[in-house]
Amino acid sequence: MSKNDKLGFLNIDTSLYQTRISNKFLNRKPYQPADPRIILSFIPGTVFDIMTGPGQNVSQGDDLMILDAMKMKNKLKCPIDGIVKSIAVKKGDKVSKGTVLMELE
Amino acid sequence: MPVNKKIHELREKREKILLGGGEQAIEKQKAMGKRTARERIMALLDENSFNEYDLFVEHDARDFDMDKKSLPSDGVIIGSGTIYGAPVAIFAQDFTVAGGSLGLMHSRKITKIMDHALKMRIPLIGINDSGGARIQEGVNSLAGYGEIFFRNTISSGVIPQLSVILGPCAGGAVYSPALTDFVFVVDKISKMFITGPEVIKTVLGEEISMEDLGGARVHSEITGNAHFFALSEEECFEQIKKLITFIPWNNGQKARMFEPAEPKPEYNINKIVPEDPTLPYDVKDVIRAIVDNSDFFEIMELYAKNIVIGFGRMGGHTTGFVANQPLEMAGVLDVDSSDKAARFIRYCDAFNIPIITLVDLPGYLPGVDQEHAGVIRHGAKVLYAYSEATVPKLTVILRKAYGGGYIAMSSRHLRADFVFAWPSAEIAVMGPEGAANIIFRKEIMSSADPDAMRKQKVEEYKTKFANPYVAASRGYVDAVIEPSETRKFLMHAIEVSENKDVPMPHKKHGLPPF
Repeated sequence: MSKNDKLGFLNIDTSLYQTRISNKFLNRKPYQPADPRIILSFIPGTVFDIMTGPGQNVSQGDDLMILDAMKMKNKLKCPIDGIVKSIAVKKGDKVSKGTVLMELE
Repeated sequence: MPVNKKIHELREKREKILLGGGEQAIEKQKAMGKRTARERIMALLDENSFNEYDLFVEHDARDFDMDKKSLPSDGVIIGSGTIYGAPVAIFAQDFTVAGGSLGLMHSRKITKIMDHALKMRIPLIGINDSGGARIQEGVNSLAGYGEIFFRNTISSGVIPQLSVILGPCAGGAVYSPALTDFVFVVDKISKMFITGPEVIKTVLGEEISMEDLGGARVHSEITGNAHFFALSEEECFEQIKKLITFIPWNNGQKARMFEPAEPKPEYNINKIVPEDPTLPYDVKDVIRAIVDNSDFFEIMELYAKNIVIGFGRMGGHTTGFVANQPLEMAGVLDVDSSDKAARFIRYCDAFNIPIITLVDLPGYLPGVDQEHAGVIRHGAKVLYAYSEATVPKLTVILRKAYGGGYIAMSSRHLRADFVFAWPSAEIAVMGPEGAANIIFRKEIMSSADPDAMRKQKVEEYKTKFANPYVAASRGYVDAVIEPSETRKFLMHAIEVSENKDVPMPHKKHGLPPF
């Protein structure tokens, strides 16, 4: 152990342990519960088609969008009944996994 | 003199092929800071020990004008030789010939030397430096990879298999190293990925360099795919040679014995571990204080540093070490450290290497990310690996051994053969603070001065339970020993475990949680 070691504290079962804290631990994302009103891309791909528009009523199970990914045309289904608040992408956009595609209300 | 003429002809033919892809390609290889495949083999093996086979193999592809192309040795060198006298089978892909691409005959050469290694029960070393599948050879090239993966799997646990990544190793090709025991990478030279930066850019629009996507550091620090990281090919070869001295030729043998040597006096075992269980120290110093010559050969040094694994010798016997590292993340078990330890335990068990476990951990790392990453499934790997291992298992509890962590770290209950504890050991269901808060909740809450009461109860719990004697009174700990007695007890335990034999119920194979 050299004197230059940067030590922090880790709480395990209410005891504070003096130790090095890994970057992985420091950079972990705080948990956020999933919001069904926010439609995310579940796979990286290209927006092939959008079947709805802002203000439109949509029901659970409706096709919202087609995502061209891994040589497949993947249909994105509506998870809840609601109204399309906004669409964050347009046809031809490349999206990575977890990108916000549209918002419902 | 017809014989001489024929010998002369052989020499000429050899010389032409030995140049591989030719001087221009060799120059390019050197410009990338890389040695040629043949230079690598010569640098790794004992002098004049390499015997080459299949020098004259040629591809027989016809499509896409391939019949007009000659590819010397089809881009891969195979043969056998020795490392410090130990026999090894080896192949090295030659990037100067068609980018080391894998065609049918190229793969047949590799599988030939793999079959040879398995049949002769000698270690296999594969040096990977290849652009990937030879597209012109189509499905034949895929067949070649499949045949290699199958042999990697069948040889697994029978002969040691080492993969050395000295160039690109991309696409399906990565799965051969992934199936082998140890993967060696070199900074700026090794590149491993399933889909390269080009594809990622086309499909996702994400830009990333090869180095950041799948360079040596990435695989040593983040993915855990690589076991040894070196700054140069030379350093990498030294690591391979050293590893070979620690492991047996096959699973029917033990590792070679070395002359026993005392640890170096600068590692004073009495002065390494602080009494306060919340203070850190480097557990590698404890290992160095007990192994021969203080020589500890660490594996996966940069990955999941909260657990330390590697080889050392005890009285000349190769021994595997698994130790919680209080200096990193308090030495907790988590997804990555469990995975790292479990695989190493299984390696030692497969190759008749006794395991010494040094315990000092507060438990498992709490957090949503850990739970969602499957810490249950991954943590179970450690329990599984220790329980099924039949090699001698020796455990030393240095300080904390709390809760599930105590059970997992080669406890008596998972059939450790010897469990020793230092007087500083705290073997308890959880840390004193946590335990006192639960057990004495009422007393603390109803007290006029809860903080003072909590302190008092924590002290009470510490005195009663935070010691090795409760576990020793049940026989879960065989001996409470002074730190300075550790080496003596461990060496004796290894000596008396020499002929350990435990019957196991018949099964085709178990179902470890992977």
